[in-house]
Amino acid sequence: MAVPVAFFAVFFAYPVSAIVGRGLKTDGVWQFGRIGEVLTRPDILDVLWFTTWQALASTALTLLIALPGAYAFARFDFPGKQVLRAVVTVPFVLPTVVVGTAFLALLGRGGLLDELWGLRLDTTVWAILLAHVFFNYAVVVRTVGGLWSQLDPRQEEAARVLGAGRFAAWRRVTLPALAPAVAAAALMVFLFTFTSFGVVQILGGPAYSTLEVEVYRQTAQLLDLPTAAVLTMVQFVAVGAILAAHAVTVRRRERALKLVDPAQTSRRPHGPGQWALLGGVLLTALLLILLPLGVLVQRSFDGPGGYGFGYYEALQSAGGSGSTFLVPPLEAVGNSLRYAFVATLIALVVGGLAAAALTRRAGRLVRGLDALLMLPLGVSAVTVGFGFLITLDKPPLDLRTSWILVPLAQALVGVPFVVRTMLPVLRAVDERLREAAAVLGASPLRAWREVDLPLVRRAVLVAAGFAFAVSLGEFGATVFIARPDNPTLPVAVARLLGRSGELNYGQAMALSTILMLVCAVSLLLLERIRTDRSGEF
Amino acid sequence: MNTTKKYAATALAAALGVTVLAGCGGSDDDTPAGSGASKGSGSKTVTLVTHDSFNASEDVLKQFTEESGYTVELLKSGDAGAALNQEILTKGSPRGDVFFGVDNTLLSRALDNGLFTAYEAKGLDRVAEGTEQDKEHRVTPVDTGDICVNYDKKYFADKKLDPPQTFEDLIKPEYKNLLVTENAANSSPGLGFLLGTIASQGEDGYQDYWKKLKANGVKVVDGWEQAYNEEFSGSAGGRKAKADRPLVVSYASSPPVEVLYADPQPKEAPTGVSTGTCFRQTEYAGLLKGAKNEAGGKALLDFLISKTFQEDVPLNMFVNPVVTDAKLPEIFTEFGETVEKPATVSPEKIAANREQWVQAWHSIAVK
Repeated sequence: MAVPVAFFAVFFAYPVSAIVGRGLKTDGVWQFGRIGEVLTRPDILDVLWFTTWQALASTALTLLIALPGAYAFARFDFPGKQVLRAVVTVPFVLPTVVVGTAFLALLGRGGLLDELWGLRLDTTVWAILLAHVFFNYAVVVRTVGGLWSQLDPRQEEAARVLGAGRFAAWRRVTLPALAPAVAAAALMVFLFTFTSFGVVQILGGPAYSTLEVEVYRQTAQLLDLPTAAVLTMVQFVAVGAILAAHAVTVRRRERALKLVDPAQTSRRPHGPGQWALLGGVLLTALLLILLPLGVLVQRSFDGPGGYGFGYYEALQSAGGSGSTFLVPPLEAVGNSLRYAFVATLIALVVGGLAAAALTRRAGRLVRGLDALLMLPLGVSAVTVGFGFLITLDKPPLDLRTSWILVPLAQALVGVPFVVRTMLPVLRAVDERLREAAAVLGASPLRAWREVDLPLVRRAVLVAAGFAFAVSLGEFGATVFIARPDNPTLPVAVARLLGRSGELNYGQAMALSTILMLVCAVSLLLLERIRTDRSGEF
Repeated sequence: MNTTKKYAATALAAALGVTVLAGCGGSDDDTPAGSGASKGSGSKTVTLVTHDSFNASEDVLKQFTEESGYTVELLKSGDAGAALNQEILTKGSPRGDVFFGVDNTLLSRALDNGLFTAYEAKGLDRVAEGTEQDKEHRVTPVDTGDICVNYDKKYFADKKLDPPQTFEDLIKPEYKNLLVTENAANSSPGLGFLLGTIASQGEDGYQDYWKKLKANGVKVVDGWEQAYNEEFSGSAGGRKAKADRPLVVSYASSPPVEVLYADPQPKEAPTGVSTGTCFRQTEYAGLLKGAKNEAGGKALLDFLISKTFQEDVPLNMFVNPVVTDAKLPEIFTEFGETVEKPATVSPEKIAANREQWVQAWHSIAVK
């Protein structure tokens, strides 16, 4: 309990309140009048309105498309399932720069849709919504699917035996058990899309701006701290409201679930209906996830002299001038992985402790902590980064030029994932199992190890995978927070895209492909580790 | 076929190897550098705080170490605007000794905030005329670049149409729906182009000019990457994306770069520069107030305008040297354009009006 709170206070609450304070205080006096001034500006109202409705639309669309996917991943067994699960998670970690480029290639002029049906979606809201679904598909599949695969199908079967129809059985048995996970996933998607930055900037063009984009502009470009502070607070309030609503629904629905080993619940689909469902899910994943990724891969091989590894070779030859810009890509891969590894470790420790504390105790304070830990998702990277600058500047915490800042900022975003993924599972562990262990003479630690750990190991790994993935592709904080010159993969990609010339463009595509490969391989390894030790009941 | 397989295997093995290494926690032996080593006075490191586009050859930086005894440590923090604003926030207890990368559109903001200690760098007399200088020498000019409209040579040759050369040309009907530019609110070429139109059309005339440009079908996208790589038909990325806009707001140095990074190198640049549409950007460096290593910082400023560093600038940052005795690389002289009369607006004027100009522009060009 103490560790997460301290971590949160030092690396989030203090920096953010300092930067907001700097914007709203003049000579130590709070100027709350500024809030009204900013919030009545028509351009700001436009931004608020657009932010809200596009987030709602994106969330609805994501749930609509991804829930069948979650079901298929949880209940069906099909060849290549693990690989596919890793692949659908790849978008989640791709830097927005890359995704924007891929989507333009698909939806823009001369893109695939344009050639087939003369349809162009770039600079429309549709492009933004589709990209959001692309990004968040995995969130739903993994959070909802993770729990779904551990629900005992026999409960539903028992209801059927007792005379409930198929739909009624699902509605009365499975749906209530899934609701917290669905709510959690929907909440996350809403948060992500509400605070969307890169996607909106690239695909929306300058006509669309979200709150996050506006905060970035006011802070980083205009240094208009008062306006930025007000907008940050608005985002805080909005995120707080969402979280509060979420907490209520979760509490109402939570109860002990009977969790089983996922290996027992999935089986080969039988009957045309199930095959059709699986086929539909696979087709969606193919169109939505693989197509944009495929475009990047295709462009990375499409060299000047026809298809080949030209761009990949160029990546190794450091451009001939040996400048500080050109890090060998493998070095960038190494940097990225190192940062991600450290960030994952921090996020797991902080998030794990928080989740444990939240399961053990109830009460207002603890619930407050739950919401607090989610807040970093609703605050822009630039606010946190600039907050670091003005707060972490004195020994013993002069971290402004230290490399650890980057994983710290990434861990802030990773912690909520860890908590969200572990909490539903931890809470669903039947208390009586622990009590039984205690009665049989196990110490609390032993009881936790023997009872909780086997049940939540999978959740821990999923959480770790998420935290790792988030930091791998994390771009915002990595860019804003000054770091000695060892670029991560996303930063290197952005730099290459920021220069003209065929080789640079091609190398950016090649690096993106490498990034995808690294992510997919890392995620696949996680999947492997997970299945090694399951089935210990 | 064989080589392809070999490469694929190598790539896969590399990815796997690295991942496994990371998985084993091999992250302590090789921590990224710069974890706050003591940088007291008399320290042998000098820290250069800069934006993400800064580049220099390693050999050149080594040479500085040999000549002066100081090692340069780079600290990059975002784009030019974000990097400068972070310095303003940490005024008084800076993260480094020298800041590079404040340009003339942001110069007043930096000077008004009192970021820099005055220092007259050695060899300042060689700096070209007209690079706006601060009379108190709080900043030292390091490079200049021109933001201009680039055109796709092939398109205009096929159409047997002369490419536009001036701001006035761009609103002519024969160039309807051809130009793509960037958001002036957050893209530096976008802002440069807007300032260029203000310099040429006057503060009273630029709004009318933009209304005409809008009527003539100018497209505004958010950033340079998208405009250049996705919308502009003359760039390598644009050709691949089947882009359909043969005019883009970019830099005078873009054509040589297109040549430099093409394989095989073409005889002629695929793109040209409309020399009458240019706005000149100058980038400055300054010694940060409160720097821990002032002596090192001064040595670094001297070095930034030395012939060695200046001749290294073009191929690393694709801008022009600021001193008159630096030779341009062949690829620039052969494929580049010299811009005779670029438009300029004084830093004070930019600082005073930037917001309202951009707002006015936004309501005309975007909405």
